[in-house]
Amino acid sequence: MSNDRRLSAPGQLQAGDEFATTGLVTTELPDTPLAQLAAEHGLRPSAERPPVLRYLKHLWQRRHFIMAFATARNIAMYTEARLGQVWQVLTPLLNAGVYFLIFGLLLHINRGIPNYLAFLVTGVFVFNFTQRAFISTSTVVTESLPLIRALRFPRAALPLAYVMIELQQMALSIIVLGVIVVCTGEPITWYWLLVIPALLLQTIFNVGAGLATARLGSNVNDFSQLLPFLMRTWLYVSGVLFQISTLDIARRWVALLQINPAAIYITLFREALLKSQRQSQPGAMPYNALKCAQWHHTKKPLDWSAYCAPVTNPAHYWYYAIAWAVLALVVGFFFFHRAEAKYGRG
Amino acid sequence: MAAAEKPMVIADDLHIVYRVFGAGGDKGTAATALLRIMGRKTRASIREVHAIRGVSFVAYRGDAVGVIGRNGSGKTTLLRAIAGLLPPEQGNVYTDGEAALLGVNAALLDDLTGERNVVLGCLAMGMSKAETRDKFPSIVDFSGVGDFIDLPMKAYSSGMGSRLRFAIAGSKSQDILLVDEALATGDAEFRVKSHARIQELRKDAGTVFLVAHNLEEVEQTCNRVIWMERGKIVTQGEDVIEIIDRYIAASGGAPVERDPVTGKRIHARVPLKT
Repeated sequence: MSNDRRLSAPGQLQAGDEFATTGLVTTELPDTPLAQLAAEHGLRPSAERPPVLRYLKHLWQRRHFIMAFATARNIAMYTEARLGQVWQVLTPLLNAGVYFLIFGLLLHINRGIPNYLAFLVTGVFVFNFTQRAFISTSTVVTESLPLIRALRFPRAALPLAYVMIELQQMALSIIVLGVIVVCTGEPITWYWLLVIPALLLQTIFNVGAGLATARLGSNVNDFSQLLPFLMRTWLYVSGVLFQISTLDIARRWVALLQINPAAIYITLFREALLKSQRQSQPGAMPYNALKCAQWHHTKKPLDWSAYCAPVTNPAHYWYYAIAWAVLALVVGFFFFHRAEAKYGRG
Repeated sequence: MAAAEKPMVIADDLHIVYRVFGAGGDKGTAATALLRIMGRKTRASIREVHAIRGVSFVAYRGDAVGVIGRNGSGKTTLLRAIAGLLPPEQGNVYTDGEAALLGVNAALLDDLTGERNVVLGCLAMGMSKAETRDKFPSIVDFSGVGDFIDLPMKAYSSGMGSRLRFAIAGSKSQDILLVDEALATGDAEFRVKSHARIQELRKDAGTVFLVAHNLEEVEQTCNRVIWMERGKIVTQGEDVIEIIDRYIAASGGAPVERDPVTGKRIHARVPLKT
């Protein structure tokens, strides 16, 4: 173990480790090799990470902790503000207000999309859920270091709790969203119930992604610096502001963008909440080259985009949504679990 | 110790190395940084601190082990390693059951109230909701923070904070309790209480490790002592008083006057601070 860059523990006694210990009765170590002694008495290495199943069991035992931690964090987030918990509702409202001001009142652009305001706000809210889950979990380990160093518990509880906080915020945002959507003239239909499975799948995806981000953010400081830029790029390629299918790029790129997880969850929410979206999605009507070409050139009538051919099969969106959720959860969990013993190191 | 006793903690040639990022070998000025970048030094300077250098010991059920040594001798690192918070570089630490670390710096969540910290701490340690509810009054009572319990912990004095943390961590019977100077900030009354609590935890068939610069505390609480210097064990044994006296002598302190029969300190003196 020699290394010229390595310092030994500090101490003023540079002359050596010689102390007056003669004549002291010291405890002798047992004759058996220590590792063998440990094995004989059933002792386990302290820094050992528990196997997956036991880890999951511990995590399940801590479910009340996860919820209590999420609630406590949520409360703490607003204790400095005078309006307190009101901000939970105010934040999505103000968000929507900004978009209404810019896209509803100032810029009358619709990019060939019917009910553009509702389209936009749905996209922003849904994307925001995933974005916030990513950004907040990237710092969860460093923020909770004192807790990690004080008490032993499965560390996955922390990113899980942070995603629960964002879920709680998202639930409130969805209520605000519902009101906005109705105000823009969308009818309330049975399709709205599809929001529940869509939200569930998005949450599972966020948990998986959050676990991975938590580990990345725990030791690579550069990661949390880079994250905002990655998120912004992701926002622009996920069709929050425009319809991906109308992009003027190669169809295989369009298909790739359309099946990216953020775009999938946004599309599911839009189709559930907005009748105008269900009816104007390319492929919603039998293909009609003439009507599609006219829509491409004039963007009028707005819902004639439905006569264009879809790039990916919209019927498969739910499969993609499930696949992304499961993939993220499995990969994220195992990735986080591998470093379980190292989070306390800081 | 009789060989028939049950070992609870075994350290087998343990080495712990910290990695410190961004520790340049030169002066940390902008000019040297620029030179470093211009010189295309590819690797960011990572330095290593070899904090524990080959430590071996066995602690048994019912032991209270005092760890003494000057600042930077690796006492806190040793406790963190026992708690499983630092992965060993070489060798290993084995424990029977879970180890809970209780340190002065182990603030829980500063911006939350004491109340919530108690609840969260209990739940994090794996207690059920009902258990948490049962234990809550006794924890608050033990901590003695009184009306401060519904204030955020950042409003606490350091003494109050560490009392509350001790009360939380001590509320569950731990297999292994690691106390890192947590008693240093408490007042006289709290020291008496925590002393009693440590004895109680020892009786629950656990093992207690105590790091303290207050040597009297170690004398009163521990039946064994490990003296560490520069990441190595100088000596360890059950002759607590003799080892402490040698330690004081090595640190250049005045010898403690003791009753020749009982070994008790004859008069109260200012505890040696190292």
